[in-house]
Amino acid sequence: MSLRIVVCVKYVPDATGDRHFAEDLTVDRDDVDGLLSELDEYAVEQALQIKEAADDAEITVLTVGPEDANDALRKALSMGADKAVHVEDDDLHGTDALGTSLVLAKAIEKTGYDLVVCGMASTDGTMGVLPALLAERLNIPQVTQLSEVSVADGKVTGRRDGDTASEQLEAALPAVVSVTDQSGEARYPSFKGIMAAKKKPVESLDLEDLEIEADEVGLEGAWTKVDDATERPARTAGTIVKDEGEGGKQLAEFLAGQKFI
Amino acid sequence: MAEVLVYVDHVDGAVRKPTLELLTLARRIGEPVAVHLGAHADEAAKVLAEHGAVKVLAADAPEFAEYLVAPKVDALQAAYDAVSPAAVLLPSSAEGKEIGARLAVRIGSGIITDAVDVEAGDEGPVATQSVFAASYTTKSRITKGTPVITVKPNSAAPEAAPAAGTVEQLAVTVADSSKGTKIVSRTPRESTGRPELTEAAIVVSGGRGVNGAENFPVIEALADSLGAAVGASRAAVDAGWYPHTNQVGQTGKSVSPQLYIAAGISGAIQHRAGMQTSKTIVAINKDEEAPIFDLVDYGVVGDLFEVVPALTDEVKTRKG
Repeated sequence: MSLRIVVCVKYVPDATGDRHFAEDLTVDRDDVDGLLSELDEYAVEQALQIKEAADDAEITVLTVGPEDANDALRKALSMGADKAVHVEDDDLHGTDALGTSLVLAKAIEKTGYDLVVCGMASTDGTMGVLPALLAERLNIPQVTQLSEVSVADGKVTGRRDGDTASEQLEAALPAVVSVTDQSGEARYPSFKGIMAAKKKPVESLDLEDLEIEADEVGLEGAWTKVDDATERPARTAGTIVKDEGEGGKQLAEFLAGQKFI
Repeated sequence: MAEVLVYVDHVDGAVRKPTLELLTLARRIGEPVAVHLGAHADEAAKVLAEHGAVKVLAADAPEFAEYLVAPKVDALQAAYDAVSPAAVLLPSSAEGKEIGARLAVRIGSGIITDAVDVEAGDEGPVATQSVFAASYTTKSRITKGTPVITVKPNSAAPEAAPAAGTVEQLAVTVADSSKGTKIVSRTPRESTGRPELTEAAIVVSGGRGVNGAENFPVIEALADSLGAAVGASRAAVDAGWYPHTNQVGQTGKSVSPQLYIAAGISGAIQHRAGMQTSKTIVAINKDEEAPIFDLVDYGVVGDLFEVVPALTDEVKTRKG
């Protein structure tokens, strides 16, 4: 019995670029190059390791996003995922986290799954709620924020490092897992992997395929609304001194002036 | 007046500061009703009442500690059903966000996370967020259902506002489906005696320039002289010099203290994303071209191993 792993990935604007909002206050995706969210690379990596440890497993990488999001899928396929599902529909523009979780949950159900793997958060919205939203919608356990994960005997186990404690978690499959950047360096695609990715199947789905009404998603259907987005004014230039033996003292003077000492 | 549910973050009844901040923000939109899950509700209730909780809904069940998150969602939902609040506020911790998210699905509501401010608005609470590595400030609201909002630490100064804070027991039934993820074991984090990173008023962080775990005591000594928390850049954490729980940045913690001191940190975008909303920013770096200097209120170009100990001594002297 094959272990069916679905990895949810997001195509995000490059964080090192100058990111902006579009006129409708959604993220301007034309402005900055997109890529596979770095934190999702860790999810792909852990899925690959789980597959390597399993007798028989198959990895489907899933994304919801515009045409360009295909790049994120190709990256994951070149790392070693087996196939991809791309949910793309003009009516999805402006979908918020609740809406995205609805689309992903339906797509995951349609694909078939034993294990869903996500990154801890996207690098653009950075909410970190999607794995929990998926667990709630799919009505399966959430084993989230893991710095270590393994799957054996129909169970997933992992370590969650919190503020006050480190916890060892365990759940029966099917389950939703999310992994942190501490779970292990993501591999680079090999040349062979990149070539092989070109031949791997990418299934395209739209809202109709998932039996979702247009008004349940998109900007109009969103559960939240951004009313205003203001670019933060550049910080006024601060004082910069060169240390010529007095740097520490000068800094103390500044901190005392600001009442920090 | 409408009631606002406030989820209480506590350690054995010791209420953590972000919850007191939530109570202060909650009073702007209604009457705060605190939800305390776990033991020692009576102790917590005193502090919660001092900060404006008109009521404390308390529930204790072994399932809260035995299983991850979902039983607490059941409890918060029971509180929601009992009160019909105008909004639900939770701390922006990993757990706070997850509980809020699952509640939002159940009650058909939108969720906003990582708010840095919450105000009353004509169409419900308005949340301010700092996004894209703090390069934008947005104002958002929830358009469907009861607003569920998680708020970052240091978003408001806790204000005393004595209220009744009457403890009422909340009846909670934990669903079988909420017992999916077992907490097999729990190792409490050893206390360093320093303030918690996300809650601290002052944070001193070290980066690549610290050049080794053995040198971090230089950073710690400055932090201790100021009563500050210690942070580290991703480079320092990835090199194994400091624990990941202290990582400041996009993939670590985001902090917003009154004062942030970056020592030996160049200021890559991923780091800036986690500290750019700090009120006052200070950097010490050998490289005068380091991007961190674009952000600072005060910068010292120099060797951190000279500047930081000198600063530490000076702070100690001035504090007497």
